[in-house]
Amino acid sequence: MLGIDDPYVLMAYLGAISMAVIGIIYGLVRRNAARDEVTPEDRLWALDEKKVDDDF
Amino acid sequence: MTGHSSVGWVDIVVILAYLFATGYLGWLGYRGTRSAADFLVGGRSAHPIIMAVSYGATFISTAAIVGFGGVAGLFGMSLLWLTVLNIGVGILIAFILLGEPTRRLGHHLGAHTFPELLGQRYQSRGIQIFAGAIIFLFMPLYSAAVMTGGSIFAATQFGIDFEVALLIFALITAAYVIPGGIKAVMYTDTLQGFVMVFAMIFLLIFTYMSLGGITEAHSTLTDMADLVPAPLAQMGHQGWTAMPAFGWGATTYDLWWTVITALVLGVGIGVLAQPQLVVRFMTVRSRRELDRAVPIGAVFILLMVGTPFVVGSLSNAWFAQNGPLLQGKVVEVIDAEKDRALVELMQQGESGTWTSIISPKTQAPARAPMIISERTSAQDGAGATFELVAGRSIAATYTKGDADKIIPAFIMAAMPHWFGVIFFLALLAAAMSTMSSQFHTIGTAAGRDLYERIAEKGHQREPSILVMRLAIMIGLLIAVTISYTVRQEYVIARFTAIFFGLCAASFLPAYIGGLISKRVTRAGALASMTVGMSVSLFWLAFIKAREASAIGLVQLVTDGKTSLLADYPNWPSVDPIIIALPASLLTLILVSAVTRPPDQAHLRRCFPR
Repeated sequence: MLGIDDPYVLMAYLGAISMAVIGIIYGLVRRNAARDEVTPEDRLWALDEKKVDDDF
Repeated sequence: MTGHSSVGWVDIVVILAYLFATGYLGWLGYRGTRSAADFLVGGRSAHPIIMAVSYGATFISTAAIVGFGGVAGLFGMSLLWLTVLNIGVGILIAFILLGEPTRRLGHHLGAHTFPELLGQRYQSRGIQIFAGAIIFLFMPLYSAAVMTGGSIFAATQFGIDFEVALLIFALITAAYVIPGGIKAVMYTDTLQGFVMVFAMIFLLIFTYMSLGGITEAHSTLTDMADLVPAPLAQMGHQGWTAMPAFGWGATTYDLWWTVITALVLGVGIGVLAQPQLVVRFMTVRSRRELDRAVPIGAVFILLMVGTPFVVGSLSNAWFAQNGPLLQGKVVEVIDAEKDRALVELMQQGESGTWTSIISPKTQAPARAPMIISERTSAQDGAGATFELVAGRSIAATYTKGDADKIIPAFIMAAMPHWFGVIFFLALLAAAMSTMSSQFHTIGTAAGRDLYERIAEKGHQREPSILVMRLAIMIGLLIAVTISYTVRQEYVIARFTAIFFGLCAASFLPAYIGGLISKRVTRAGALASMTVGMSVSLFWLAFIKAREASAIGLVQLVTDGKTSLLADYPNWPSVDPIIIALPASLLTLILVSAVTRPPDQAHLRRCFPR
């Protein structure tokens, strides 16, 4: 199949493509599934991170 | 060699225009929202494409494209298992299972670096210092791999010396990372990501089309299995579309253990514990942003690592069909019907006679498998008449066995010259986006994790900024020195594998244990990290033959052998990760089981309901 005789290499070739397809499906299915909120703690963390960056 | 290895004014203008565009975009970014933290501060969301491509551009470097692509040119498509792991582990598991817990834990604890995350999680200054030291000491090895990859390509493409290319590359890197581009500016990363995507799509399509399509190209390569050079065949190489021979206890299985344990597992698993990638999760706004980044990340990685592995392998078919003609005399017939033979390579002298080409590695006449297309009569140096054959060979023949040069040589010989410049920009982009993260990680490891912790500086940050900048310059110098000094077989892939494997064995159990378990203790984590690192380094210095022989200690204690287990095949080919990671994990479990659990108040801070 596809000019590759070794089933394990063929599996890797198709497996890599399958992994990407799984990623696409996952992203589409979960697109809005998780909550999207920024907590005060998240913002505090980002401010601290930004301060380090700015210093740098 | 066909193609044009020169640098013209147009090339220089295109490269400068690209560097200017990158700089301008970075400057624009600096005026407004620039880093992931800024998005978070502003309460806004980075577009999933930006988040994913920026992560991917950091993940993928010249090491993957030139180094591992070249290894695929040597060993074949079995390396595609690394693509499977890069997507399955590096994207799916990392984003879906580890991303959100890492983000939450980092924010709960106020951690900003990977060592700080571990140190805070286990309430241990020692763990933070230990992790920071590993990063500071060994990250330059990975940076050297990235730098070597870019420099080899530039040297091949533009016909300049490797040393000159390395110097230019180092100067560009220094100009990029020292003044201000050090922290990943997401838009710049994204521009770099898009250049990489364009280059890879074009490369893949062009390669398949030039070989008659997907199935035809693979079939041609499959049919070339009898052209595998004898030294590789003796290690278990069975063709470029076949897995290496699998088994245990004979050197004929060495290649399988090298490819699968070092290149596939070492790098495929090691990506989970890459400090510069782990911290990226902390800058993400929410779980939803992570979920949305998965598809883009998966496709990006498929293109970035799948393409060079496929193209690297197929370069053998291309060179066998279209490569420059080589001459020599037949030493051994491989297949009379297909006119394939092992040929002693020869060159014509000024007097018109033919003499053997001497291999600089073996100091013996160079031999190569060849598909013969012409036969004529010629005279050798002694005046004797012999049958001179001309034909084409596999990719490694054209690069004198150097896997790191296979992708550059293929691009130069097979692709239009303008694409070589575009591909160079893609490599520059891949290198810069990765190296900016690498050197940022080296800087923070030295300043925040080592200097501040050791000096008990606490929150006094100002002095550590100097330390960070100094550490970056030292790291850059070390990386350049390593690149300049070490030029061995597929060194780019090996350096990458060493660093990824070391990170996996040292950090992975403590990192994942700290994310998912409340029972893992400080002593367990520290013991696990110590065992993981010690076993890895011991294995590299005394067991894994290729690395051990380069380090040189093992020869001193064994009277010249390249491994303590040199008489026990295939141990010298097994990667440290196979031993060190289970040892590290077992240590984590056992020591945690017999030591006092962390206090409840701290656990409530790490894992609030």
